[in-house]
Amino acid sequence: MDSPASSSSTAPGVAPAVPQSSRTETTPTLIDIQNVDFAYGDTKALHDITLQIPEKRVTAFIGPSGCGKSTLLRCLNRMNDLIDGAKVERGSIKIRDIDIYRPDVDVIELRKRVGMVFQKSNPFPKSIYENITYGLRLQGESNKARLDEVVERSLRGAALWDEVKDRLHTSGLGLSGGQQQRLCIARAIAVAPEIILMDEPCSALDPIATAKVEELIHELKEKFTIVIVTHNMQQAARCSDGTAFFYLGKLIEYAETQTIFMNPGNPQTEAYVSGRFG
Amino acid sequence: MKRFFDAELETFRSHLVLMGEIAVRQVRQAMEAVVHSDLSLADQVVAADDELDQLEIKIDEEAIRYMNLRSPVATELRLVIVGMKASHDLERVGDEATNIVRRVAQLSSEPPLKSYVDLSRMAAIAVAMLRDALDCFLQEDDDKAMAVCRRDAEVDAINKQLYRELTSYMIENPATTTRALAVMFISKSVERIADHASNIAEEMIYLARGRDVRHTEDTKNPNAG
Repeated sequence: MDSPASSSSTAPGVAPAVPQSSRTETTPTLIDIQNVDFAYGDTKALHDITLQIPEKRVTAFIGPSGCGKSTLLRCLNRMNDLIDGAKVERGSIKIRDIDIYRPDVDVIELRKRVGMVFQKSNPFPKSIYENITYGLRLQGESNKARLDEVVERSLRGAALWDEVKDRLHTSGLGLSGGQQQRLCIARAIAVAPEIILMDEPCSALDPIATAKVEELIHELKEKFTIVIVTHNMQQAARCSDGTAFFYLGKLIEYAETQTIFMNPGNPQTEAYVSGRFG
Repeated sequence: MKRFFDAELETFRSHLVLMGEIAVRQVRQAMEAVVHSDLSLADQVVAADDELDQLEIKIDEEAIRYMNLRSPVATELRLVIVGMKASHDLERVGDEATNIVRRVAQLSSEPPLKSYVDLSRMAAIAVAMLRDALDCFLQEDDDKAMAVCRRDAEVDAINKQLYRELTSYMIENPATTTRALAVMFISKSVERIADHASNIAEEMIYLARGRDVRHTEDTKNPNAG
């Protein structure tokens, strides 16, 4: 198969770097991934990945386990730096034209701009209020009125305010699974990031909690750029605007979600979204 | 990777193919009944229409069940949607065949107004279009499907020509009116059958390419007036 970077063609087998029908749209590119190779020690996990993620849209990464989608997601806020021997071997990842792997980039600052929500909700063993304000306090914010305002705004933003407003000072661990996940989303948006990365955010949730998080994703894209890794095909179809399909560390196809699920250009994509392999 | 419910799609496909075969047979027999004034064959065509009606219902049920329980995407989703639409077209083809044979009794009681050469030629094209459209389904040959759409204009032209001729017969000799109208109705039915064949071909292009070619220049005959 041709490298996605080797051509901007949309022929089957060649993944275009930009979802096809968005070429003519005005949505600017926020994350620009160019020719990225990534390895965990001697094991190469990503091969020559090139794609551009537009601003204020939901982009889904799909593919079977081990295809590299979570690895790529974690490259976007350098979470992989925390793993010994893991590194981007080639290529560049730019956010607003700044290469995030440049030596002078402040990784803490980067992760403030690029928040993350994990598969398993991971609230701190603290009160709901403290969970939300933790990041801001680390940044030195101590003004009570300002913190109160952020707590309310973040919890409202995560569609959790009405359910927890009367128990803000009780433990975040006392919430249900779905509420905990929305608390994590509230915590992520409290520091006003530009991008929210979600790594299978609903895989541990029941259908009602999943529906609430999906509804939230739809609302959040007004303000944030969202990249979501999911194994749930229907979730990708429901929530995302663009979908990238990965297989064995390669980007196979990247297109508008409607195209991926209605008329994919690559037979491997078709087989995967139809549940014929993976 | 084979899935436990792949057999359901195969059944769905085979029902559509069966429906196509019955529809083609119905049109052929209907025209044979007209040309040979064969009332018994006409009765057979009427009786067999129920088979198409029942298959249409079965295909709808299977499609709805598959969409509901199997969440099809991509080609499979297009297949299910196209299957429902094509089965509706085929059911209408059966209805037109029935409409045609309903004129047989009337026409056979009087001498032929004119030879049925044009009508037969027109029906042969319509049947060929129908057959080709169904072949496209089996062979996923979208170029052939495009050719079917373009042939529709030939049938339209013969229908218009017959209309003009039959109108002049009626003006010249009002005693021919009943027979002329019967032939006109048959001609119109054949023209509708070609339209349904053309619809099915467009549906097969959508199935193969995921592109909707209805009402586009692609499907028009460049030589048509």
